[in-house]
Amino acid sequence: MIAALAFYVFAAILIASAVMVVTSRNPVHSVLFLILAFFNAAALFLIAGAEFLAMILVIVYVGAVAVLFLFIVMMLDIDFSRMREGLQRYAPIGAVIGGILFLELLFVFGSWQFAPDAATLRLNATPGPEVTNTEALGQLIYTDYIYLFQVAGLILLVAMIGAIVLTLRDKPANSKRQDIGVQVARAEAVKLANPPSRAGLGQLGIIRRPLPEAPKPKAVGHDHHDHHGGGHH
Amino acid sequence: MTQPLLANYFPILVFLAIAAGIAVAMVGGSVLAARQKPYAEKVSAYECGFEPFDDTRRRFDVRFYLVAILFIIFDLEVAFLFPWAVALGDIGWLGFLSMMAFLGVLTVGFIYEWRKGALDWE
Repeated sequence: MIAALAFYVFAAILIASAVMVVTSRNPVHSVLFLILAFFNAAALFLIAGAEFLAMILVIVYVGAVAVLFLFIVMMLDIDFSRMREGLQRYAPIGAVIGGILFLELLFVFGSWQFAPDAATLRLNATPGPEVTNTEALGQLIYTDYIYLFQVAGLILLVAMIGAIVLTLRDKPANSKRQDIGVQVARAEAVKLANPPSRAGLGQLGIIRRPLPEAPKPKAVGHDHHDHHGGGHH
Repeated sequence: MTQPLLANYFPILVFLAIAAGIAVAMVGGSVLAARQKPYAEKVSAYECGFEPFDDTRRRFDVRFYLVAILFIIFDLEVAFLFPWAVALGDIGWLGFLSMMAFLGVLTVGFIYEWRKGALDWE
């Protein structure tokens, strides 16, 4: 009873936020609605008994993929007035393609029917009540589906190398990188001294660099106003 | 329906219901009870005494994207480790070695990105 009620609530929020992803004007709002949709999908997985998948959906999709989408949205320079320019020109083509896809979907769902023994073939999320969902997955992935698992590793490798090749530009020659060993080992950067008690810097042979000329204080009121504006920007 | 599993998550459902109720009560109460007289100056963006310079959206450097995608890849690698660790007692040497091969493939990628300097920041 409660599970059925929760299913309908989560499914309704999921569909509503998915609609908002497509229709909202601000792409950042779209990404935020996408995160809401991910959370609700995780709740639906949980109701179906796929506990591990629900948690992975929250960790990977909400924690990482949504951040990636936000970066992409912020990286693109989206100008909506310029995007709408070609609307008149491309509308007929888009309408034709959309209509064809809609007809295909109608055909698919019109002829869709369940096989009579489909209900009995449905697999449980776990083989039994004493095995958790995560353990059941672990018993299958690494031995029964070993080839698919290794292919997943190769796909991740390709994604890693592809991202580096596409986005890592050669650094400009004057860019400064951190190299901790070199920086610490510079002769003038660190000086070890064993100072006697009550000795001044001059006696130890440490020469202070002269401080940069301090800016002269302006009139108090004007100065205060300047800092106020600059500090809060 | 797997009722024992869902019973464990019932407190979270209660928490969600209370959180949603409090949020709706606060926003709804503010809408119902407070006086609302908006005008253009009041609802415009406020930036400490001067006109806002430009839009809040700025273009990011593409290197943030690289960091994010590398994070996702290692996040997925760790996600594969959880069921493996839970079921390690049942899957034997084949399961152990298959995970080691998986980690080895990803270590190749890790060495590559380290050598290319993708982890460095200027």
